[in-house]
Amino acid sequence: MAKEFWRWREYNWHEPEIDWKEAGVISAGVDVGSVSSQAVVMADGKLFAFSNMRTGSNSPESAQNSMNWALDGTGMKLEDIQYVVGTGYGRVNVPFANRTITEIACHARGGNFMYGNTVRTILDMGGQDCKAIHCDERGKVTAFLMNDKCAAGTGRGMEVFADLLSIPIEEVGDLSLTVEEEPPPVSSTCVVFAKSEASGLLREGWPKNKVLAAYCSAMAHRVVTLLERIGVEKEFAITGGIGKNAGVVNRLKDELKIETLTTDYDSQIAGALGGALFAKAAYEKSKK
Amino acid sequence: MITAGIDLGAKTIKGVILKDGKIVSKLQVPAGLDTTETAKEMFENLLSQASINKGDIHAICSTGAGRKEATIATESVTEVTADAKGAFHLYPNARSVIDVGAEEGRSIRCNEKGKIIDFAVNEKCAAGAGAFVEAMSRALEVGIEDFGKLSLKSTKEVPMNAQCAVFAESEVVSLIHSNTPTEDISRAVHDAIASRITSMVRKVGFENDVVLIGGVARNPGFVDALHRDLKTEINVPEDPDFIGALGAALIASEK
Amino acid sequence: MKAMYGYKDGSGDYFITIDTDKCDGCGDCVQACPYGVFEVIVDDYDDEVGAVTSDQKNKLKYTCNPCKPEGSRHADFPCVKSCSQDAITHSW
Repeated sequence: MAKEFWRWREYNWHEPEIDWKEAGVISAGVDVGSVSSQAVVMADGKLFAFSNMRTGSNSPESAQNSMNWALDGTGMKLEDIQYVVGTGYGRVNVPFANRTITEIACHARGGNFMYGNTVRTILDMGGQDCKAIHCDERGKVTAFLMNDKCAAGTGRGMEVFADLLSIPIEEVGDLSLTVEEEPPPVSSTCVVFAKSEASGLLREGWPKNKVLAAYCSAMAHRVVTLLERIGVEKEFAITGGIGKNAGVVNRLKDELKIETLTTDYDSQIAGALGGALFAKAAYEKSKK
Repeated sequence: MITAGIDLGAKTIKGVILKDGKIVSKLQVPAGLDTTETAKEMFENLLSQASINKGDIHAICSTGAGRKEATIATESVTEVTADAKGAFHLYPNARSVIDVGAEEGRSIRCNEKGKIIDFAVNEKCAAGAGAFVEAMSRALEVGIEDFGKLSLKSTKEVPMNAQCAVFAESEVVSLIHSNTPTEDISRAVHDAIASRITSMVRKVGFENDVVLIGGVARNPGFVDALHRDLKTEINVPEDPDFIGALGAALIASEK
Repeated sequence: MKAMYGYKDGSGDYFITIDTDKCDGCGDCVQACPYGVFEVIVDDYDDEVGAVTSDQKNKLKYTCNPCKPEGSRHADFPCVKSCSQDAITHSW
């Protein structure tokens, strides 16, 4: 069977130290994206469990599967969760959600939790979209911009290149940083044209890391110009799958001349985590 | 008088030799990595094909995205100028010229003298040109020659939401998984790109007669989709790929 | 909140920004637009405001083309003209 270079590792996790049966409020957020889905469970506003997996062809099934996987091994069942918020591109397809909230609001809320209340600009580079969000100290959105029309700067765009060069997607970023000298970026931002350009470069004898560097450089620059439309206010944080691609992130930070906040949490769960926080607040409000 | 026109497109290089207003030699080759070399070689073949000597050529005019790379050319003109010239020569009633190539689409409005009034270009985005159709035909695993004809068999309109060739490919895959007939998917693809082209046509305003040129004009599915969207006759010349080169050769003969 | 709907692709940036702090949810833009670009929604913070429909947001360059002939100005666009709160801005 041909190796699928675009396939990244799926995983789940839960906190063994928390006894969820003692918790007052159990809330959850499920973020069904076009490429990946995450489910996050919180016990009294503390992260208890999560899962990160590829979204299947059936959204309701993906929502269910990611939820089950997050709960796997915890002894908790769906019925034990008091409030669920669905978010993401497939949010209308989370059949067990009590309410849906846009991924913009959830990312702001989740980012505020994960990076602290000094964060004002969150860049989420997802599977099929790129979002730039401004928020206040409470994690409320004050401005947002989302691009899900064009593959440039998204995970899918990166997958096309991982496939072209036969390199596992998780290694693409680091490999692009091994060049001795930074090559000029590919001239097309369009992924389809950039791919033709890259094929030409490979035929001319360019090594893979140089081609990747040229592409990551072009992608980073493109994201910078998108960010400039909304402005970057400190502090700045990056979430999403490409947030883990150092090839793009480092070049982006260099161009913007800005540092990013770090977090101990997995940056891909920001949306689902924000959802779980909204869920907790909604549940508490309903009990008043 | 004998002149030559060379159109260096993104995907292919086209050349024509014009003798007293008639095309006596034409060739189309893949652009390759070194377009200067490719153009040179193609030109040599163009000459020998018609048994014409280089010295007999009065002037060589280049056009297309890569026109500056043609070192053999004595002059160059923009694609818009060449397209309008070539189309108007074949259709004196042409007032709207639409050129859809591999990587760019353009819409031109001209007056009764063939002079350009206005134009618009779809560029730098694969969804606005032939690359989109090609990518979708690959996703459906249908040869590009058959892809257009397949769409004509469609009996149902299926919406296509993605506006990007990469995302559309994922959308096509999920349509296949949900057992949508391939002819309906093909039609959706052709309708999608036609609507992007017609929006550009409407931006400059369109007036009959409408002439369609460029490689994608060979695609009957696209011509049909354009016809249904604009609700008017779409005139397609024989060898629509060569009209840019023809226009360039005509311009070369006017000096 | 400044909600920027639209996209950036290889050919440029096409965004319609709706300032929801200014918007009073009147719906005049919905009526003024000949192509159904706008709708009134209840946002995540429970405010009734104008928005660009998800159907149209990725086609703005193409959909808005007819309202932007050569020589047109921002203030002439039907949606911009219809908004008494000045909440709508086009980036192109």
